[in-house]
Amino acid sequence: MRKYWHVINIGIQNTLVYRVNFLFRAVFGLIPLMATLFLWRAIYAGKESNGEVAGYTLARMTSYYLLVTIVDALTAVAEDDWQIAADIKDGNISQFLLKPMDYMAYRLCLFGTGRLIYTVVAVVPVTLFILLQREYFVLPPDWGTFGWFLVSTVMTALLQFFMSYTMALLAFWVLEVSTFIFILFAFEYIAGGHLFPLDILPPVLAQALEFTPFPYQMFFPVSIYLGQTAGATLWQGLCVQVFWVAASYSLARFVWSRGIRKYAAAGG
Amino acid sequence: MLRVKLKRYLTIYAALWKNSIVREMSFKANFLLWIVVELLWFALQLSFFAVIYSHTDRIGTWSKWQVVMLLGASHFIQQIFTAVFLTNCTQLSELIRTGRLDFMLLLPVNTRFMISFRQVDLGGFVNAASAVAVMIYAGKQLHLSPGWEQILGFGSLAAVGIVIHYALMFLLASVSFWTVRAQGIVWGYYNLFNIARLPDEAFRGLFKAFFTFALPMLLIANVPVKLLVQKLGSPFEMFLLLGMAAGCLVVSEAVWRMSVRHYTSASS
Repeated sequence: MRKYWHVINIGIQNTLVYRVNFLFRAVFGLIPLMATLFLWRAIYAGKESNGEVAGYTLARMTSYYLLVTIVDALTAVAEDDWQIAADIKDGNISQFLLKPMDYMAYRLCLFGTGRLIYTVVAVVPVTLFILLQREYFVLPPDWGTFGWFLVSTVMTALLQFFMSYTMALLAFWVLEVSTFIFILFAFEYIAGGHLFPLDILPPVLAQALEFTPFPYQMFFPVSIYLGQTAGATLWQGLCVQVFWVAASYSLARFVWSRGIRKYAAAGG
Repeated sequence: MLRVKLKRYLTIYAALWKNSIVREMSFKANFLLWIVVELLWFALQLSFFAVIYSHTDRIGTWSKWQVVMLLGASHFIQQIFTAVFLTNCTQLSELIRTGRLDFMLLLPVNTRFMISFRQVDLGGFVNAASAVAVMIYAGKQLHLSPGWEQILGFGSLAAVGIVIHYALMFLLASVSFWTVRAQGIVWGYYNLFNIARLPDEAFRGLFKAFFTFALPMLLIANVPVKLLVQKLGSPFEMFLLLGMAAGCLVVSEAVWRMSVRHYTSASS
């Protein structure tokens, strides 16, 4: 166990080097966010005052996007998938096969430290932005809800990590994984609720998406925070989210074992 | 004299094209996959507005198919830019770092021309075709029947928009002469391209002013589309677009020359 603390320690030190890059990225990311908020404001302006879009007032819609930004900072897989694919392509995996360290656990630690540093760096600009929007920012109904929001966010982080990890493992078979990573990212972006809240979709589509893990990435924790998912639906949702985390974990393990077999057979 | 020079540069450009084709065809699967990725992202944006327009019928004065036209046009501009210029702009920092720029500075051809046109990304043209298809469909839905002057006007204004992107991105890439962080800045600018896809009426205040008079994202696709769908009240915006293009080119060239002068005097 101690070796993983060591990994975390090194991970923090290594990632701290990129703190200015993270700050750039966090600040730059506010620009498309502003553009989206402007767009929604124009849409709501076209409706009668206090108009709603699928049950969202302008305040809740704005809060939705602000929360998505927060959850994204805490859970997004930024460089990890590229690095994993590079490790495989460059043959760096070999050293891990010799060491008593599980590569996935190692990568999970690095993912965690990366998100930690990014969040610490992004806290200032994002908080300032939210303060500027405070008249539109909705607070959670109670502390319990906020607690479950945090729990769900942690699971989102795990789910995103395992899914991206599995995608990156395609590097065992394919030369260029970047296209696959981008395709997954595109699906996560739209079906995960990053682009718009999933409940403004026509109900048929929204229900179809329930069979995929995507709504349980960005959309689910945010809907908990906004109080839309409570009581029985909250428990159900959390169970489904746990299911997807477990499923993606198992898939990741399975793909890894297949990939390693091929890797070792190639004399790596 | 000018004719001879032009012919010479066209011959060189033809050779650069052939080079690019040969290289791309050796990675056929990858080439196709990237087109799929771009089509997916384009579809994503169209879906976003499809969902929005199921809840409203106007954004400002923009109707659904006008916005689709705008999305098609900005995608078209972005893809042509990507095909002809993007890789070359982002590679400038590599050329400096590896020292290959020194070799290019020695060639008896205008260096900026060589750098800017070195590689062609053919996938961009395929994606541009998909954008044109969407624009034609939107045009039909709007019952537009543009005359040759309008189509020519659109094409010219779109070309001006591409020139602005080129001037600005090359300017930002020239920053590589001075600092290592240029790559991040260049990609940061590329992320701003997405603002060009949004109708300008949604924006106000400082945001609108900045993206009209400093980084004219809100002019690049909006103006040509407004010409096509007959939203332009006066030629003012066209002149503004042309003016901004001229300004950006002048600044871009000035910074380039200054940077090269500084670079060559330092290393000799």
